[in-house]
Amino acid sequence: MRDAYGEALLELGASNPEVVVLGADTTGSLKSGVFSSKFPQRFFNIGIAEQNLVAVAAGMALAGKVAYAGTYAIFVPGKCVDQIRNNIAYPFLNVKIVCSHGGISVGPDGASHQQVEDIAIMRSIPRMSVVVPADAVSTKATVKAIASIPGPFYVRLTRPTTNVVYDDGFDYGRGEAKVVLDGSDVAVFACGIMVPEAVKAAESLKARGVSAAVIDLHTIKPIDSKTIVHFAKKCGRVVTAEEHNVMGGMGSAVAEVLGEEAPTPMKRVGVMDTFGESGEAPELLIKYGLTSNQIEAAASLLASSPGLAVESAHRGRQTEGGSNH
Amino acid sequence: MEAAQEVVRLREIARNTRKLILESLAEAGSGHPGGSLSAVELLVTLFFRVMRYEPKDPAWPERDRFFLSKGHAAPLLYSILAQAGFFPVQELMTLRKMGSRLQGHPSMGIPGVEAPAGSEGIGLSLGVGTSLVAKLDGKGFRTYVLMGDGEQQEGQIWEAAMSASKYRLDNLTAIIDRNGIQQDGLTEQIMPLEPLAAKWRAFNWNVIEVDGYDFPQLLDGFELAALTRNRPTVIIAHTVKGKGISFMEWSPTYHGTAPAKDKLLDVLSELG
Repeated sequence: MRDAYGEALLELGASNPEVVVLGADTTGSLKSGVFSSKFPQRFFNIGIAEQNLVAVAAGMALAGKVAYAGTYAIFVPGKCVDQIRNNIAYPFLNVKIVCSHGGISVGPDGASHQQVEDIAIMRSIPRMSVVVPADAVSTKATVKAIASIPGPFYVRLTRPTTNVVYDDGFDYGRGEAKVVLDGSDVAVFACGIMVPEAVKAAESLKARGVSAAVIDLHTIKPIDSKTIVHFAKKCGRVVTAEEHNVMGGMGSAVAEVLGEEAPTPMKRVGVMDTFGESGEAPELLIKYGLTSNQIEAAASLLASSPGLAVESAHRGRQTEGGSNH
Repeated sequence: MEAAQEVVRLREIARNTRKLILESLAEAGSGHPGGSLSAVELLVTLFFRVMRYEPKDPAWPERDRFFLSKGHAAPLLYSILAQAGFFPVQELMTLRKMGSRLQGHPSMGIPGVEAPAGSEGIGLSLGVGTSLVAKLDGKGFRTYVLMGDGEQQEGQIWEAAMSASKYRLDNLTAIIDRNGIQQDGLTEQIMPLEPLAAKWRAFNWNVIEVDGYDFPQLLDGFELAALTRNRPTVIIAHTVKGKGISFMEWSPTYHGTAPAKDKLLDVLSELG
């Protein structure tokens, strides 16, 4: 994904002279540094000063630029929410915040670096668009497309290499969910690295006679209510899957839509309101329940109980402290 | 003689600005007089002598940029913009009212306002951004940022200060309204700022200290800032919170208390 980000920036740099890129001492890791070798004048390393990073980007957008600013996700939505709210979203500026290292798959750095609250924070800010691409192909397409969509964006990428979902290419449409697999028994809405997991779950469910639809809800805000309601009504059961706290994230956004427009039995797969820990990404994803198996289990449970009322989606799973609902 | 007449002209604008600030705040029934009154001469100098702008074309690309970082001084900014011709003076009486463009703190959609403000400490970074773009695009416009002294306690100001000197932004001038008082009391008691000038020098800024009510000093300060190469300039203007109204001067209470409407005539009489 990070390579895709770097490639997208390079292409944007060549095609759009108004594009500037700002980083905060992680530009090598984010691959935004490749932009600096080609367009040194339009590249600004602001140092370890994230609040200044996003606010300088706002100033550059005020003066007519399309400003891409980013670092690791843990250092931006939480640390800079005031600057993002007041300097970028309120005046509706052309600042594209693209952060890598979202979610728990950051791995060995541990909980201090595992951002599982960013979708919740960013989608609560008016005028902000929030996107979590599923793979490198859609990352590149998204990063390029948003340059010409006015207003602020938050795009969340992950650290590990991701599985390819879109080998035939990807056209980014703001607020337009992508149907990856059609199905009729259960609708799985996923974002980020959980999209390929959902596809895997659907294949396994199919072998057991359950037809699962997989929808890539890459844009969590503005949310594609139409597609959500359509598939909820068609399938009658909904599972959401995200590498984020189940509170306030994509699953919550889907629940908000369905609660008002089409109440549907539903389960959320995600981080169960807990902090992560050090470990390799695959180990952590298993421990914290972010796998195709968990999606499959949630879907099976719903499919075997058609009228099921919503109950704890994480029954039997290890959680830490506090209630989840 | 000519210079003396010019000072008389600027003083008259300053007097009228104070009147408009107090009238609009009394009409609103809430707001921040202290930090508006303290910085009147700073903005009068900027908007009526120093800056280039076009009130009929607020988006003129070559205009100098002004950012109010101490957003609570909105009544001051609005009073200046109205007198400069960006919108009718009568509109000032809609300050803080439902449906008015003149929000309690600056927001987009008010002619002449470059950016929202209100959360302390975040305005200087915006000025760094526009100054970088001016350098990048070879534009001649300058950027001015008015900060409060209390907000010097915010960490982001110093992040912005570092970045401005890294990029040698000699097209950026910051102004500090050094009135010594913040909402809870004296800055030097709440969280001491001194030695403030030395801090800015240590961040590689050109530091100019002036009497915030002495127009020739202010004019010289801005001229010197424009002549300075390879470094941003900060003008530390020594001012008085609530300047011009005896019971508001040096008073933390009038940081955020509007004058009573029924006492307005008495208050205005102090302006002469």
